[in-house]
Amino acid sequence: MTDKTPDGRRAANAPETFLLRTATTSKGERAAGFWARLGAAFAMFRNGKSITGLVILAFFVLVAIFADVISPYSPTKINPTERLKPPSPEHWLGTTHIGEDVLSQVIHGTRGVIVVGFLAAAIATVIAITVGVIAGYLTGWKSEALSALTNVFLVIPGIPLIIVVASIFEDPPLWAIAAVLGLIGWAWGARVLRAQTMSLRNRDFVLAARANGEPLRRIILVEMLPNLLALIAASFVGTVTAAILGLTTLAYIGVIPVTAYNWGTILNWASAQGAFQQNQWWWYLPPGLCIALIGVALSLVNFGIDEYVNPRLRSAGERARAMRKKGLDINDAVTAVRTDIATPTDSAATGEKATA
Amino acid sequence: MSDALLTVRDFSVVYDVDPPVAAVKDVTLELRRGEILGLAGESGCGKTTLAYGVQRLLKAPAVITSGSVVFHDASGADIDVNSLDAEQMRRFRWDKVSMVFQGAMNALNPVAPIGRQLEDVFEVHRPAMSRAKRRAEVAELLEIVKVGAARARSFPHELSGGMRQRVMIAMALALRPQLMVMDEPTTALDVLVQREILRQISQLRHEFGFSVIFITHDLPLLLEISDRIAIMREGEIVELDTAERIWTDPQDGYTKTLLSSFPRLTGERGVVVR
Amino acid sequence: MTAIQPPLTEPEVDALEVGTTATKASKGRSRIPWRFLGGRAAFYLFTLWAAITINFFLPRLMKGDAVSAYLARNRNVTPEAAESLRALLGLDTDKSLLQQYIDYWSHLLRGDLGVSLLHGLRPVTEVVGQALPWTIGLVGFATIVAFTIGTVGGAIIGWRRGSKLDVFIPITTFLNTIPYFWLGMLAIAAFAVNLRWFPIGKAYGVGVKPEWSFEFIGQVIHHGTLPVLTIVVASLGGWMLGMRNMMLTVLDEDYITVAQAKGMPNRRVLWGYAARNAVLPQIQSFALSLGFVVGGTIVMEMVFSYPGIGKLLLDATNAKDYALMQGVFLVITISVLIANVLADIAYAFLDPRTRQTEA
Repeated sequence: MTDKTPDGRRAANAPETFLLRTATTSKGERAAGFWARLGAAFAMFRNGKSITGLVILAFFVLVAIFADVISPYSPTKINPTERLKPPSPEHWLGTTHIGEDVLSQVIHGTRGVIVVGFLAAAIATVIAITVGVIAGYLTGWKSEALSALTNVFLVIPGIPLIIVVASIFEDPPLWAIAAVLGLIGWAWGARVLRAQTMSLRNRDFVLAARANGEPLRRIILVEMLPNLLALIAASFVGTVTAAILGLTTLAYIGVIPVTAYNWGTILNWASAQGAFQQNQWWWYLPPGLCIALIGVALSLVNFGIDEYVNPRLRSAGERARAMRKKGLDINDAVTAVRTDIATPTDSAATGEKATA
Repeated sequence: MSDALLTVRDFSVVYDVDPPVAAVKDVTLELRRGEILGLAGESGCGKTTLAYGVQRLLKAPAVITSGSVVFHDASGADIDVNSLDAEQMRRFRWDKVSMVFQGAMNALNPVAPIGRQLEDVFEVHRPAMSRAKRRAEVAELLEIVKVGAARARSFPHELSGGMRQRVMIAMALALRPQLMVMDEPTTALDVLVQREILRQISQLRHEFGFSVIFITHDLPLLLEISDRIAIMREGEIVELDTAERIWTDPQDGYTKTLLSSFPRLTGERGVVVR
Repeated sequence: MTAIQPPLTEPEVDALEVGTTATKASKGRSRIPWRFLGGRAAFYLFTLWAAITINFFLPRLMKGDAVSAYLARNRNVTPEAAESLRALLGLDTDKSLLQQYIDYWSHLLRGDLGVSLLHGLRPVTEVVGQALPWTIGLVGFATIVAFTIGTVGGAIIGWRRGSKLDVFIPITTFLNTIPYFWLGMLAIAAFAVNLRWFPIGKAYGVGVKPEWSFEFIGQVIHHGTLPVLTIVVASLGGWMLGMRNMMLTVLDEDYITVAQAKGMPNRRVLWGYAARNAVLPQIQSFALSLGFVVGGTIVMEMVFSYPGIGKLLLDATNAKDYALMQGVFLVITISVLIANVLADIAYAFLDPRTRQTEA
C-alpha cells in the first residue's frame, strides 16, 4: 500500500501488489460491486436449515396477517354451554373456562407476538449497529466509552427492569413494550458488531479506502456493512427470539395489560384457572408449543447463518460422516494404511478415474 | 547397528477426496544414521506430506496407499511403521522420531507453562520417572537449548518467537530420539535468530547423534547445512544427491530452475551462476 | 560428506548474556493480573453507579399522584420511614434534583431501602434478606449444574465430530427455546400432579418452620428438585452448543497436532489441551448470560411459588409496593454484578494471557 501514489498508480520499481477494486475502479463499477457483494452476503440464507426456518416463520407471519380471516370464532366470544371442552370438530383445540375457542385465541395471539417480536428486534438491531459499528471503527477513549455503555446494558438484568418499568406505567401500548424490549436487548449485538468491526478496520480494503480519502460514512456503509451482514442477521434473529420469550414471559406474569394479548396471556389465564393442575392440556399445550416452534424456526435460521459464517461448523459434521462412509475416522490420530485405494495417476487430475 | 536409519520404499499418500489427489507418489529413499537430509521444493510439492506421512501424522482424508516405511532402531530391531496399531504408534512417537513444527506461534498450549508441557512428555513416555527427576530433566533440556531453566514456569505468550522455537527443539530432544523431523523451523523468524537456531541444531546433532529431515523451501539454506538434499516436485523426488553435487552439478532441469530462482548477493547481476 | 562451510566463523557467544531477539526475556512478570482485574473493577463500579442512578430515576418517571395516593393509603408509617420513602420514591420534589440524588445515596449507604407496605411495614432490607438465600441457592445450584453438564457434554460432542452424539445439539437447542415458565408448568403437570413424585410448589412443606435439621433439608431438596431440573434442562442447550463450537475451533489449532505428535493419549489431549482452552470463552459468556438466567428464574419462582426474591418482586408489582420493587431490583442487579466479578476472577485465574507483562 505504501508504494502506491495517491492516484493509485504503481510507484516505479515497486513489486506488483494486488489491485483493490474499491480503490481504483470507476464509480459505476464500484456501485455494481457493492450490490454484487450484498447479494453474495445473502447467500447465508441459501442452505437447508435457514430455508426451513424461514418457511416456518413465513407461516406464522401469514397467520398473524390473516388472523381475522382464518380463525373460526372471535377469540373473545363467550359460550357458556361449551366450557372446558377437549378438542372436537367444532373446536379443534377445545375451549377455555368460559367457552372461548382456544384455536382462535392462539391464532389471534400470533399477531402480538410477531409484531412486538420483530419491532423490538428491529429497534434493538438499529441501536446495535449504530453503537457497535461506530464503537468498533473509532479508536481511543470514544470507543472505550461506547463499549462501557454497551457493557452496562449487558450486565443490568433485563427482565426485572422491564417488570419494574412496566408496572410503573399503567397501560403501555404495544409499540412502547416493543421499544422497552428493544432497549434491553441491543447490547449483545452491539458487542459482537464492535468486535468484528474492529477486526475489519485493519483489513486491506478498508485501509485502501481510507488512503483514498473516502468519507467515513461511505466506508461504513459501502465497505463494512456488507461484510457485517451475516453478523447483523444473526443478531437480529437472536433478538427476535429473546424479544418473543420476553414478551410471552411478561404476559404470563401479568405485567403487560391483558388487552394486547398474545400466547403468553393465554397461558396466564390458563394458569390462573388451574389448567395445569386439572390436566386441561388442550389449553396450555398449544400456546407453549407455538412459542417453542417459532423459537426453533429462528434457531434454524441462526444455525444456517452460523454455518455460513464459520464453515468449520458446517463441514465438521458432514465431512466426518462422509469420511466414515469411506471407512476413515476423522478423529484418528494415526494415518490409515489402505492398499485398496489406487494411487491416482495424472489422468485423474483431469477428471478420469484411475483404474485399480 | 546398520548404517541406515529409515528405509522408505515406494511410499504413496493419497488424499481420498473427490477427485482423489496423489500427494506423494512412489517415493523411495534411505536416511542414514546421523545425517541431515534436506527436503526442498515449492509449496504443494508434497515434502510436508512425505515427512508427516512416514510418521503417520496425517489426518483423514489422507491415506497411505502403498509402500513401506521401516525404522531401523538402534537396538537392532526393525520396526515396520505402517503396521503399528494406534497404541504402538503412540509409544513410537516422540521416542524414536520427534518433530519440530513450523511457526511456534501457536504450537505450544497457551494455558500451560512450558515446563509442564515438557514434563508431560516424560509423564506419558517414561512413567517410571519420579517427579523430581522429571523436573531435573526439563531444567537440563532448557539449559541445553539456552532458554534457561528459570523459564520453566513461563507461559508461551511470555516468550519471544525465537525462544519458543528453542523450546520446541528442547521438547523434540526430550526423549533423545534417533530422528528429528523439522518442518520449516526457522521460516517465521528473522535472519539473526535463524542463524542461531541453525547453529544450535547443528551443535545438538553433533552432541547427540540424531538424524534430521529438514523441510524447507529455502534451498540455499539447505545447501549450507545438509549432507544430502532431496528435491521434490508434484509428489515425486526428482533428484537426491549430496549438497555439494547439487550445488556444483545439478542433474535435473527442475533442480536447475530452483537453484536459479535465488538471486546472488554479490558479483554479477542475474541468476546464480557457477 | 560435509555441507558447504559458511564463510564467516563467529565466536561462541552465550545468547543469554548478549541477548538477541531469540532470547530477550520479558521482565517483571506478575502472578496476579492487577491490570486486568483493575480494569474490570472500574467497569463494575461504573455499572453499579449506573444501576443505582437508573433506580433513582425510575419512580420519578411515574406520575406523582400515583405515589402520593399510595402513601396516603398507608398511614401507619413511622415518620422516619415516611421520610425515607419520600426520598426513595421521588416525592421530595421540594428539593432540587441534585439534593434528592444526594439524599437518595445517603439512604442507600445507610442500608435504608425503605419499608415494605406489603409486608407489614418491615424494612425492605429485612424482607429481601429473607428471600435472597432461596433464590441464590436455586439459581446458583442450577446454573452450576447446567454449566458443568453443558461444558463437559459439549467438549465430548465437539471431540467426536460427526458421531451419533451430534443428535444432542438439536435436542438441547429446542429445549433452549422453550420458555422457562412453560417448561416448569409442564413439569408440574407431569411430575407433581400426575405422577405425584414431587410436591407442587413452595420450598418446604406448609406449616413447617425453617431450621437446620436433616428433615428440613430433606424437604428443601425434595421441593427444590423440580425447579432446579427445569432450569437445568432449559439452559443446557446454550452451554452445550457454545462449548461444542469452541471445541471445533480449538481442534484445528497447531498445539493439538503437536500434542498428538508427542504421543499424548487421547484423553489427555481432549481435556488438558483442547477443553482447557475451549472453556475460556465459555466463562466469559457465563457472566453475560447470567442476566438472562435470572430473568427466567424470577418467573420460575412464580410458577413454583418458591419464596425467593423473584416471587417477592412479582408480588410487589401486583400490590404496587414501589419501595419493595425498587429494593429488589437493586439487589438483583448487585447480585448479578457480584456473579460477574466472580466469573472474571475465575477467568483471570484460568487464562494466563491476562497476566500481561510490563516489558
